Amino acid sequence: MSAQTLYDKLWNSHVVRQEADGTALIYIDRHLVHEVTSPQAFEGLKLAGRKLWRTASILAVADHNVPTTGRAQGIADPISRLQVETLDNNCAEFGVNEFKMSDVRQGIVHVIGPEQGATLPGMTVVCGDSHTSTHGAFAALAFGIGTSEVEHVMATQCLLMKKAKAMQVQVEGALGKGVTAKDIALAVIGQIGTAGGTGYAIEFSGSAIRALTMEGRMTLCNMAIEAGARAGMIAVDDTTINYLQGRPFAPQGEQWDQAVTYWRTLRSDDGAQFDAVVRLDAAGIRPQVTWGTSPEMVVAVDGRVPDPAAIADAVKRHDAERALQYMGLSANTPITEIRIDKVFIGSCTNARIEDMRAAAAVAKGKHVAANVKLAMVVPGSGLVKQQAEREGLDKIFIAAGFEWRDPGCSMCLAMNDDKLAPGERCASTSNRNFEGRQGQGGRTHLVSPEMAAAAAIAGHFVDVSENH
Amino acid sequence: MQKFTLLNGLVVPLDRANVDTDAIIPKQFLKSIKRSGFGPNAFDEWRYLDHGEPGMDNSKRKLNPDFVLNQPRYQGAQILLTRENFGCGSSREHAPWALEDYGFRVIIAPSFADIFFNNCFKNGLLPIRLDAEKVDALFKAVAANVGYRLQVDLERQSISTPDGTAYPFEVDAFRKHCLLNGLDDIGLTLQHVDEIKAYEAKRRAAQPWL
Ligand code: SF4
Repeated sequence: MSAQTLYDKLWNSHVVRQEADGTALIYIDRHLVHEVTSPQAFEGLKLAGRKLWRTASILAVADHNVPTTGRAQGIADPISRLQVETLDNNCAEFGVNEFKMSDVRQGIVHVIGPEQGATLPGMTVVCGDSHTSTHGAFAALAFGIGTSEVEHVMATQCLLMKKAKAMQVQVEGALGKGVTAKDIALAVIGQIGTAGGTGYAIEFSGSAIRALTMEGRMTLCNMAIEAGARAGMIAVDDTTINYLQGRPFAPQGEQWDQAVTYWRTLRSDDGAQFDAVVRLDAAGIRPQVTWGTSPEMVVAVDGRVPDPAAIADAVKRHDAERALQYMGLSANTPITEIRIDKVFIGSCTNARIEDMRAAAAVAKGKHVAANVKLAMVVPGSGLVKQQAEREGLDKIFIAAGFEWRDPGCSMCLAMNDDKLAPGERCASTSNRNFEGRQGQGGRTHLVSPEMAAAAAIAGHFVDVSENH
Repeated sequence: MQKFTLLNGLVVPLDRANVDTDAIIPKQFLKSIKRSGFGPNAFDEWRYLDHGEPGMDNSKRKLNPDFVLNQPRYQGAQILLTRENFGCGSSREHAPWALEDYGFRVIIAPSFADIFFNNCFKNGLLPIRLDAEKVDALFKAVAANVGYRLQVDLERQSISTPDGTAYPFEVDAFRKHCLLNGLDDIGLTLQHVDEIKAYEAKRRAAQPWL
């Protein structure tokens, strides 16, 4: 057989049947469910009198709407509460395993899946959420789906889809100090654009990727969708296997050994052909800061806000002008002169224990600047929170003037009370800087946890690579 | 699902690239547990001058006169003409639900984000990819002619303009079949129950930890 990519292997091992036009029925191993994109799917099942095909494949959690303070009092907003209660009721009715709001294992769906070992190499993993690409860090074929597809997987354990093309993003060399997986992700998007990966499944490879921890790999695969790719993935190595060992949903004993033997085959064969290849030099990547309203509007922290007049393409120029207007920025402003009002450290991109540690290391012994109205740290799960507290990170943050919150999506999309007011400018470790994403009229700059913490302390962006 | 066969519809031009699903339907409306009623909040932040929240009487809100959907000449439009990478960002199916509920049946753009593109077909909406130059030509034609309409024929995979130009377009055979007949995917897949079961048995034997 000819050399296969990791994507080929994952795809081929899940084809149940294929139509003449290439549309395939793909089997789904793991289905993650949250409160926002599932109510209509459960309702559809009930209306049609259908059952769940494989209840044990589903793990459910409420994350988007949950409050990050005063959780014991429940959810104040009646519409949010109804949505979370609807999930609770549906899970109870269908016998689905759910981590409720009061459960220490509750958290952002893309944080808890891997944390529990519910995401395993070789699986197909879906969720009604675009950042499902995160789970590809484990050499799983993981992608976001719409609510109709959520219902389809619930009823049939399968999805109808066509194979994507394969793109390799190869990052070789060593990252500089203060440069993180988030900066690789933003640099890749800066290079290929937010539509650069459309129609592709991306495999990240190269020595810089192999050197990343699982947390870093998840951050990177998480942002594959911001590059337009439904799926991002990374081959299995010792880092993957060491991370999974002993996790609650991971196999044990003899099955563990059997699984590991199989998992070790989950990498692209030598000589496998990709439809597109993108190369980056790790040493050349600087800490990144977005300046506009799309993740591709990004520059290095030592750069300047671009001048739309210098952009040749008319559509792009027009977009840049609009973005600068929305962001309240003028062309050629040095990034380090941009002052911020709020800081958000959290989201499925950067709310794992390593992110907490990195931000705390920057904040330790310092204090949030006077012009910063709110700096919040929102751990990705109850277990991340517990671990951070065991390490004393909460005390570091609180002493430095940060708020230490309960887990959830929070100000990543501002569906709960955590949001920006119109015109407020935020350094955020999340993944989308779209207009209104963090609150109507809010202005988001995407950065790494180190960069966000440093911006909180200085009151404006600073180059963490110099400070190291 | 609603069938789609042939449409002769008014075109509205949305001259922006990278329109994301947060813009198509802002997150506060995602709290609904229903599948319908999102139309009045499609493009909410661009469409209204105030901040929209669920439960508001949208008919009493002040419209933004500068937003293209609000211009009198585009009322009743069923075809949305827009730029590249339409529907990027969040996977929320509320976006096609909102567009469909607003009255759109066809979206024409040089490119679409993958998840959004997929979601459209599940909801009787036809997304059509057309070369950037052709899209540009359509933008010019719409601007120049009040009441500009296009005829979209899914069976023949062709868009015809009032001056008789025909633009052929591509669509997957399987998706076309489902859309033309208004078929429900789940029902179709459940015709293959035996194959799914056979696959599962094989898989369980090879990878018992799953
Ligand atoms: S943290 Fe943000 S991006 Fe991640 S699942 Fe929640 S809302 Fe989506």
